[in-house]
Amino acid sequence: MIANYGYKDGSGEYYISIDTDKCIDCAANRACLTACPKEMFEMITDDYDDEVAWVKKSNTRTLAYDCAECKPAGGHTSLPCTTACTPGAIKHSW
Amino acid sequence: MITAGIDMGSRSVKVVLLEEIKVDGAPQLNYSVKKAHLMMPGDIDADQAAEKAFTEALAAAGVSRDQVTSVFATGAGRKQVEFATEGVTEMTAGAKGAVFMYPQARTVVDVGAEEGRGIKTDSDGKAIDFAGNEKCAAGAGSFAEAMSRALQMSLKEFGEASLRSDKSIPMNAQCTVFAESEVVSLIHSATPKEDIAKAVLDAVASRVCAMVRRVGIEGNVVLIGGMVHNPGFVASLKNAMDVDQVLLPDLPEFVSALGCALIAAERQH
Amino acid sequence: MNAEVAAATVAEAAPEKKEFWRWQENVWFDETKNWKDAKVITCGIDVGSVSSQAVIVCDGELFGYNSMRTGNNSPDSAKNALQGIMDKIGMKLEDIHYVVGTGYGRVNVPFAHKAITEIACHARGANYMGGNKVRTILDMGGQDCKAIHCDEKGKVTNFLMNDKCAAGTGRGMEVISDLMQIPIAELGPRSFDVDVEPEAVSSICVVFAKSEALGLLKAGYTKNKVIAAYCQAMAERVVSLLERIGVEEGFFITGGIAKNPGVVKRIERILGIKAVDTKIDSQIAGALGAALFGYTLMQKQAKAA
Repeated sequence: MIANYGYKDGSGEYYISIDTDKCIDCAANRACLTACPKEMFEMITDDYDDEVAWVKKSNTRTLAYDCAECKPAGGHTSLPCTTACTPGAIKHSW
Repeated sequence: MITAGIDMGSRSVKVVLLEEIKVDGAPQLNYSVKKAHLMMPGDIDADQAAEKAFTEALAAAGVSRDQVTSVFATGAGRKQVEFATEGVTEMTAGAKGAVFMYPQARTVVDVGAEEGRGIKTDSDGKAIDFAGNEKCAAGAGSFAEAMSRALQMSLKEFGEASLRSDKSIPMNAQCTVFAESEVVSLIHSATPKEDIAKAVLDAVASRVCAMVRRVGIEGNVVLIGGMVHNPGFVASLKNAMDVDQVLLPDLPEFVSALGCALIAAERQH
Repeated sequence: MNAEVAAATVAEAAPEKKEFWRWQENVWFDETKNWKDAKVITCGIDVGSVSSQAVIVCDGELFGYNSMRTGNNSPDSAKNALQGIMDKIGMKLEDIHYVVGTGYGRVNVPFAHKAITEIACHARGANYMGGNKVRTILDMGGQDCKAIHCDEKGKVTNFLMNDKCAAGTGRGMEVISDLMQIPIAELGPRSFDVDVEPEAVSSICVVFAKSEALGLLKAGYTKNKVIAAYCQAMAERVVSLLERIGVEEGFFITGGIAKNPGVVKRIERILGIKAVDTKIDSQIAGALGAALFGYTLMQKQAKAA
């Protein structure tokens, strides 16, 4: 399942998508949980009883702001979360 | 030489007339402002509003129309000012005007009725980078306005009330429409009005602050636009940005129009 | 089953001030059947931001439902919704074998055995209502908008939810209905009663769209034309959300706005796909899915035993 967390508003589209099929048996030892400086990722048991990561509810409506410091303007050349997730389950839409 | 800057905002038109005079042979700038012409909500005939505001400003300054050598326009509706020779963006105009008033300013925060933005500028008042709320009422004055209406207070009372509160109630809703219901439920749960006012202004300030952080906070910070008149918002913004001082111009809503007139004057040289 | 004929509208005291945004509440049950004949009775309760639904499923088939308006975070929403249908059919809580809660207030269903997200429940409900060919589901609720892609079993394969912004939600439609002083059920039909189809209002934000709508009225637009411009904007907005997950044949719309042809027909026009028809009230999809999940869980338990 591709789970998209985020929103679209007047200023643009901001989604973090998680491919839960790649996430279930994480080969990166859940590195996303500690890689994100804002600790936005969290483990949940989803509706189909799989243990997967999701983006915390408190962040899904403010992604454009919350992720700003990891984006190129904040000095990063690669995103900590997508880099840490070696299975490639995490993607940013912007 | 006289130039004019017209800032065609979403709710009001601002006109600044700028005269360059020679004092002991050196050029000096002298500017006059005319009270903003307010448009009724939904007054879509912007051409007429601009024309009216311009005529009023000329009359107030005792300047005839043909003395004005150049008219530049800025603001969301700048294309509707038909008699303007050129249009400049709100970022360009805001940075120019703010640095003219405060030469040491490098970060300009512009919060008007429908727009909020952070601008990074150089020492010439040239905008280097900016981030805005574009096309979303959250993070602009109309968010606070809608909430003050829900509390049945004027914006002025609303701003003053928030200063009396020392609580920090977080608002969950990002959207103005959803926040209205949240404010209504706060009213129903007997939350004091001043605490609600502070919660709302803190929310706007934190959004504006997030935009400014995207361009980086450097040098002195100037706040321009109508929200300068709201002391509660200014306090919330200072707190959110974690700065000791935010410079507040006397006629904050005219700064962009002034910047516009300054650019018009520069192009004449 | 004929939902139109059997549907009984809950009588309600006339409000003092006319509230144009109010939509109709519904309670319905299948009069051709008797729930007492069923082996397994499950219930799904969807506690949304503006409405709550309770659905009774007998042996995996829809039996009855109640759909009502609720206040924000009301702890009684779930209870009231369920009571409404139970009273109608003479059922008691003890008669129900399994209760699944869903929706924004799913944690506020004290008597639920399990809580499942509305994403999974809407997909499951749509799979029942529109058949197993349904692949793309659009749910336009009161305070959010969801785009879901599912497989032939109604299992979610891709989804997104937008609950940050009122544009593209039922709340946005209510704001316009109030502004135009026109009952919400009339908006759709009226939006087609125009001389020429106007362009969509340019503002995404509901607050800005409101001032834009007032401007259009001043500029000489009729109310119907303004409504058409708003419906078009809403349609364009949700289509842009759908495009993120991809739209396939077997397109199904759930939630309150499915009842607004002004938006639905415009979505179909933009996508070039017709939505799958159903006779069942589009607002119960989430609760129905929840009840069906309950039925599957009961079957699994029976097998394990």
